[in-house]
Amino acid sequence: MSLRLFEGFKFTYRTTFIHRMDPRPKFLIAMAIFALSLIFMNILVFLILFIGQLPLVYLSRSLRRWLNSVRGGAVLSALIFVMNFLTGSTLIFSLTMTMRFLVLVSAFSLFFMTTSPDDLGLVLEKARLPYELSFTFTTAVRLVPTMALEAQTIVDAQRSRGLELDRGNVLMRVKKYIPILIPLIVSAIRRSMELAEALESRAFGTVKNRQSLVTLKMKPSDYLVSLIAVAVLIVGIYIQLSIPIPNLDTGIKMPLLWGF
Amino acid sequence: MIEVRGLHFSYDGKEVLHNINLKISDGEFIAIMGENGAGKTTLIKHFNGLLKPSRGDVFVDGASTRNSSIAHLSRNVGLVFQNPDHQLFSETVFEEIAFSMRNFGYPEETIRKRVNFILETLDLSPYAEASPFMLSGGERKRVALASVLVFDPKHVILDEPTIGQDYQQKDKLRNFIVQMNAQGRTVVIVTHDVEFVVDCKPRIILLSRGSVIADDPYDEILSDNKLVERASLTAPQIGKLMWSLRDLDFDARILDIYSAKTVLEQRLEKIVPKTL
Repeated sequence: MSLRLFEGFKFTYRTTFIHRMDPRPKFLIAMAIFALSLIFMNILVFLILFIGQLPLVYLSRSLRRWLNSVRGGAVLSALIFVMNFLTGSTLIFSLTMTMRFLVLVSAFSLFFMTTSPDDLGLVLEKARLPYELSFTFTTAVRLVPTMALEAQTIVDAQRSRGLELDRGNVLMRVKKYIPILIPLIVSAIRRSMELAEALESRAFGTVKNRQSLVTLKMKPSDYLVSLIAVAVLIVGIYIQLSIPIPNLDTGIKMPLLWGF
Repeated sequence: MIEVRGLHFSYDGKEVLHNINLKISDGEFIAIMGENGAGKTTLIKHFNGLLKPSRGDVFVDGASTRNSSIAHLSRNVGLVFQNPDHQLFSETVFEEIAFSMRNFGYPEETIRKRVNFILETLDLSPYAEASPFMLSGGERKRVALASVLVFDPKHVILDEPTIGQDYQQKDKLRNFIVQMNAQGRTVVIVTHDVEFVVDCKPRIILLSRGSVIADDPYDEILSDNKLVERASLTAPQIGKLMWSLRDLDFDARILDIYSAKTVLEQRLEKIVPKTL
């Protein structure tokens, strides 16, 4: 079980241009890539979207962790490729679906690696989401790396009791994940109940009109980045609607599994 | 025998263990102690191959852990994790304990006998058909312990075995561990519990910041105030008493209650004759 995927979703503070950016333009970039990867069904476009993110990864000085998340995602990508290929899709189509998944993993990994959960919470509050909901969401994001670590410990504990996850046929291997998933779920439920009690003990939700010490303010560079993200999305939609682009796959069949 | 030669281990670019060298002979009783983050758990995870050295080697019964699978090593090196909630998943305590034996391919009859024996030994028989999730923290800890001890590994490694146990259970646990050791099994415990260590009388391997800073019998280490302080430990109660009486010629290396009683009785007899 590869848990590297989660490393690339963990925020680490760095003093780079990308880290200092307002979270909203970063979210716009991620959403633009997300939308383009849904609009298109072309491996060339996905390759461009993937490679296009590399300068941002370089600027954020997070190349190693980004590579970890892509490597972790590669395991699931392989599953997507195999399932598509086995269910009658062409080789190019299967690769296209795989590439689409990697583009999405990469885009959201870049967003979460460079955006602190606190900033994310501020964005959600700014969007007038109830505080309880935005708190729940940011806490969930914050807990992803903790749960990944916990999952690794559970895997270690079960392997120490003779569990061999990489032996047997596919069905047996899937069944072997039950001793991993049950402790993970039970532990997550216990943790959430304890967290709820701790929050209530500290008067969570007592004050309805919350005030924030930090307020988000867009800089000119943030507006510029937002503008570029929206422009790229519009150009993408225009190209999809009116300009034929070469497609390597000539015989797309309807897949049974769509990559996500 | 477990032998560690020039072990270095790095995680996320940070060296967690530096040049660890030690030998643990068959049948020895070892306590690995040190401050939080000293690398104790990281070290014991090398003993059953969960972690492989970045540099150096770990040999278990002559074979390098680099060339053996975790399942193969675990058959001889039983590792009990600190938090029982990281392993419990079965519907009943009986099934939970039987899990490892099924993985190792034991026949059902042997599994039944061994599980019943360990349930009895660790006071868990009344809970055999109960869900492990419904037990108290201390009971869950004993189930986790039983689930490893049941397959009778040659080397038993326990990460913080006394956490969450009441005093009576701690006493029973100590008796059980000492008995296991007396039967020839190697026992390695990772703990901060100095009183428990004094009761078990092991050899202590003291870690600090990823290095071994001392490797000696328990009474030499726990009576050395500088070492104890350096590893963020505290001396046992009896040790503190003897240290405070050192000006009256009491031996500060006496740490256990029975030796202290003998010494104090001898001294009292001189002051207050038995006839009185």
